[in-house]
Amino acid sequence: MTEQTKVVAPKAVALISGGLDSMLAARVVMDQGVHVEGLNFFTGFCVEGHTHAIRERRKSKAPKRNNALWVAEQLGIKLHIIDVIDEYKDIVLNPKHGYGANLNPCLDCKIFMVKKALAWAFMEEHGFDFIITGEVVGQRPKSQRRETMPIIARESGAEDRLLRPLCAKHLPETLPEREGWVDRERLFDFHGRNRKPQLELARSLGFSEWAQPAGGCCFLTNADYSAKLQDLWASRGHREYDLDDIMLLKVGRHLRPDPAFKLILGREEGENRYLEGYRKRFITLRTLSHKGPLAMIDGTPDDSQVRLAARILARYSQGRDAEEVQVAVERPAGTGEVLKVAPLPPHGIRDEWWV
Amino acid sequence: MTAARQARLDALGLLCPMPVIRTQDRVGQLEPGTVLEVLATDPGALHDIRAWCRVHGHDYLDDRECLDLGCGETSQKHYHIRLRVAERA
Repeated sequence: MTEQTKVVAPKAVALISGGLDSMLAARVVMDQGVHVEGLNFFTGFCVEGHTHAIRERRKSKAPKRNNALWVAEQLGIKLHIIDVIDEYKDIVLNPKHGYGANLNPCLDCKIFMVKKALAWAFMEEHGFDFIITGEVVGQRPKSQRRETMPIIARESGAEDRLLRPLCAKHLPETLPEREGWVDRERLFDFHGRNRKPQLELARSLGFSEWAQPAGGCCFLTNADYSAKLQDLWASRGHREYDLDDIMLLKVGRHLRPDPAFKLILGREEGENRYLEGYRKRFITLRTLSHKGPLAMIDGTPDDSQVRLAARILARYSQGRDAEEVQVAVERPAGTGEVLKVAPLPPHGIRDEWWV
Repeated sequence: MTAARQARLDALGLLCPMPVIRTQDRVGQLEPGTVLEVLATDPGALHDIRAWCRVHGHDYLDDRECLDLGCGETSQKHYHIRLRVAERA
């Protein structure tokens, strides 16, 4: 960098998840006079947003907001949200460094995001100097360990242009420190899973609110969700997915009474409405004689299996104790029929069906 | 004075944060001063697009609920959100 270009403030891109650590990391660098803008990546697996939109009962509880945008407002920085759904598939399907406890490819994910941020930062019209993350050595078992920090820096291509302000004092000096763009003495030495230092720093900077759980917004770290994704891949015989697939895994009760099909039952009005949006893609079932949820069949069931699905649905309707429940079956082609079925008795729903 | 440029974005059926991502990408291609109308079914878009406008300095003009099915391929209640693209910083 020439003297001339450095007359203006150095510029950093901060990865913003919406959690506390990335908010603090961005803020401490901003406080050193660096121009910071945020990047947020949408992989499709984030818990926020979508689920709020689908499930009605959440309306009254947590504020309906995009946490990354909220953080950007608190910091007074621009935030750029990038759709990486398609590119991210390769990370989920083929993680070079493997999965964590569930289907979470955390290390590959972090490398991917830093690499994307780097490409964005160095685009001619952007012209940023370095990347900031909220990583803390020893905080996460898969990705935030002492050994993984240099792997992320190296494999992302960021090398010494990657600054982790919250634990910089445990790591080798980076370019922004050497160039004097940031003062290493005013960075931090956080480590391990103890969150106290972050909470103290947050308070000292005047923050009184932040999203919980910090950094825990990815569905792939969730055991139930990972089991559903495994089941989807196993039933199809190949590991592929599209956005609709991964959205549907977040919605409703999932039962697989047979390898040939899976039944999804809405749990409340919002989910029923959401499932209804897929009636041109899947077989949908609804109860006519009694109130009940909407059910959807993923797979290729024969007639007796559709009947079984209808009996399960009847079990979850207000006609559960009736002798007979009428169920309308609508197929994607628009054809349909009405079945008269006896609700499956409670013991008829086997434990192993639950996905 | 020339008439303000206008543009429209169909984000119907998309769930958050896709409407705000599409809005951001579209605004990047528009001239300053253009009024962009976004159509969305997810009510979360009202909040997200408003916050995104505040963060980037664009004018969030207004929003309204609409049941006119002629607006796009939707059978659901949806929203018309209008914003004005800021002058380049």
